[in-house]
Amino acid sequence: MFSYLANPARFDRFARIAIPVSGWLALGLIGVGLWYALFNSPPDYQQSETIRIMYVHVPAAWLGLALYMAMGVASFVYFVWRHPVADVAAASIAPIGAVFAALCLITGALWGKPTWGAWWVWDARLTSMLIQLLLFLGYMALRGALEDEKQAAKSAAILAMAGLVNLPIVKFSVDWWASLHQGASVIRLDGPTIDPSQLTPLLLMAVGMTALAGWMVLYRMRTALIDRRASAMQLVREASV
Amino acid sequence: MSEFFAMDGYAAFIWPSYALTALGVIGLAVFALSERHSAKARLAREEDEASDNSANP
Repeated sequence: MFSYLANPARFDRFARIAIPVSGWLALGLIGVGLWYALFNSPPDYQQSETIRIMYVHVPAAWLGLALYMAMGVASFVYFVWRHPVADVAAASIAPIGAVFAALCLITGALWGKPTWGAWWVWDARLTSMLIQLLLFLGYMALRGALEDEKQAAKSAAILAMAGLVNLPIVKFSVDWWASLHQGASVIRLDGPTIDPSQLTPLLLMAVGMTALAGWMVLYRMRTALIDRRASAMQLVREASV
Repeated sequence: MSEFFAMDGYAAFIWPSYALTALGVIGLAVFALSERHSAKARLAREEDEASDNSANP
């Protein structure tokens, strides 16, 4: 699939279909998901109504990690095979992943204050997720700081690949260290331990937000390809003057 | 209805969570749309220049 989409013309044909499909899917699923999250699900027996924060917190956390994974893989494909579309993908993902990682930390703080009594603790899960956010920001800063575009793309790809190491640390931090954060209750070897009445809004929101993130990434990638075409034409024009 | 908005006393934590998530997501979408707008305008300018140049070499 990677080599198929590496051709910009083929990517464009794919994106023209995938963009409206993911966009409408996102609107539908988030609409129904919000209805379940706010109106059609019970309060938790321990957390009361604050359980509803989870329906935006967990999708944001999942996307912060999944988008980083996608950015790291795209960077690897660019670094090894020099596919320009892979670099466009990594660059397009970065700000979207940064926003979701930040939303994960913010909504987590808004849940932590009433539940733990603190907005923030230097806990393994929270600290490793903060590092994930800083990796996104570092990637964007590095790309922006380097004048030469090829050099910027290469250096940023190395940073993105190195940052992949942090993903299993975030995921397993709750098992490896004594963490205040609860352990996994959805993605477990023995299946979800969360009640169906809470799993339904969570999955609707998670899949809906994923479709939305997919829409954003593909939309930004097409924009970047349009911009590159303009840059190429500008180079030709300036060379002919 | 007011009971719904009160969220059992946790309104000050739940509503900001949803509001900030909406702000982040809508902000990203608006950013993506405005980027497309300026990229298209830039490409149109370049295409104009290119056709002008080929008309009067």
